[in-house]
Amino acid sequence: MDERFGLDRTITLAGDFALAGGGVLPQLTIAYETYGRLNANGSNAILVCHALTGDQYLASTHPRTGKPGWWTRLVGPGKPVDPEQWFIVCANVLGGCMGSTGPSSPDPRDGQPYAMRFPVITISDMVAAHVRLLDHLGIAQLHAVIGGSMGGMQALCLAANHPTRVRKVVAIATAARHSAQNIAFHEVGRQAIMADPKWQDGLYAPDAPPADGLAVARMAAHITYLSEAGLTEKFGRRLQNRDAVSFGFDADFQVESYLRHQGLSFVERFDANSYLYITRAMDYFDLAEPFGGNLARAFAGSPCRFALVSFTSDWLYPTAESRRIVRALNAAGAPVSFVELESPFGHDAFLLDAPEMNRVVHGFLAA
Amino acid sequence: MTPIPLRPDLAAVAAAVPEGARVLDIGCGDGQLLAWLRDTKGVEGRGIELDAADVASAVGRGLAVVQGDADTDLADYPDAAFDLVILSNALQAMQRPAAVLAELVRIGRSAIVSFPNFGHWRVRLSLTLGGRMPVTRSLPVSWHETPNIHFCTIADFQALAAELGLTVEHATGLSAGRPIGLWPNLLADTGVFRLSR
Repeated sequence: MDERFGLDRTITLAGDFALAGGGVLPQLTIAYETYGRLNANGSNAILVCHALTGDQYLASTHPRTGKPGWWTRLVGPGKPVDPEQWFIVCANVLGGCMGSTGPSSPDPRDGQPYAMRFPVITISDMVAAHVRLLDHLGIAQLHAVIGGSMGGMQALCLAANHPTRVRKVVAIATAARHSAQNIAFHEVGRQAIMADPKWQDGLYAPDAPPADGLAVARMAAHITYLSEAGLTEKFGRRLQNRDAVSFGFDADFQVESYLRHQGLSFVERFDANSYLYITRAMDYFDLAEPFGGNLARAFAGSPCRFALVSFTSDWLYPTAESRRIVRALNAAGAPVSFVELESPFGHDAFLLDAPEMNRVVHGFLAA
Repeated sequence: MTPIPLRPDLAAVAAAVPEGARVLDIGCGDGQLLAWLRDTKGVEGRGIELDAADVASAVGRGLAVVQGDADTDLADYPDAAFDLVILSNALQAMQRPAAVLAELVRIGRSAIVSFPNFGHWRVRLSLTLGGRMPVTRSLPVSWHETPNIHFCTIADFQALAAELGLTVEHATGLSAGRPIGLWPNLLADTGVFRLSR
């Protein structure tokens, strides 16, 4: 058995890892999982990229929450991304808090956590770290890269920055840039964390994190993952375990109770400084920016095939953003497929049961 | 893989497609024509389709198909991006058929357009004698439910092509999938035109 492959792997790659913003990490640790078998000519590898608060536990039980992998509806035996056929890789992003180098990692220069000394990273840096992992795993060219939300940004960025490393790109519920509204919501979350007295300029102890601030950040963000219609259907104005409003500030409404629960359970598994750094990386993301705003030039001469999926009720990364990418790919002459699927569940739709999405991904990978 | 036989109107369109051409099929449905062209003529095909389920099916066939609307989305494609652009049985559903025709010959070196012929004798009979909007084999939906909002006859189409300064490279009238030599505007249920700028 090759030690590089399997569940709960970690690799530390020595040597400077230069970042887009000018910073340098003296070493790079990547925590990842693989499923399935890499075939003899290394042609069946698929990289799945996770979203803002995701991790490498794509299709295996999460060690902290005990919950199943975050995309088992798409990845697993009998699913469109089947480990029987594909060698599937998922890595915790650079800046993350599940084992890859991030602000909570010790700075090898003094052994203390980086905290806010951690350099600001970008989506390109995350992708460069993935490429280092592919080198380590002996994967010259991926059959496909698949990602939703921030994972989709990484997928697009991989195709733009490293076009020879991947043949097919699946970008779901995503955008090629962060909009003013996207940045605005992230700023609310960051300010909530930094306003928590326990944040301590990022130097909080592991057992005393700014949990209240991080929970509020999660609550605000969680609203953006749902839809107005979805919230109305799920909660309406229904009250939580009571017959009448309390004329106080308890969680009278079910929707309040739900959001508080989302906030509280999130802080059990996520690091506040990681949240700051990863949201910042997303805000800085604009694939067209190095090309004078011309997104088509980011994909000029691309040998990759692309499939994009958006959802009707996703107002975080709405269909218009996917269409903008489709337009650019058409202008660049790259083969692109795109479909907008009906769903009432907002941005989160890509993580829920989506039979049509599964059909598209399955067909696109197989063809 | 044995290619699935084509619908007769699509077969007439497919016959005109050269080997290895770069083809855009507008209103490609589930991609039957594009898959056939790829498998039998080595065509590099792309598609545009309104219906999400059809797009999913087409992508499942390994085709590059974008969900979109020919009335608005053709502007996204560069000039002469394709050897051939196909618009089969969809012109009559366009908001702005003349603008779409102009786009077809801009993004394609040539275009094949097929449409139901409103000059067909059954249509004329239905209106003249029955006094009712026709419901026929090629126009099976009643007037208030049809997505077809811009009907024309073969003669009308010829007049529009001339008005737009388009070159008609080839014109055929079909009846039940067979070419009609005589009086196509009366006897053909479908017109198939090959156009260029």
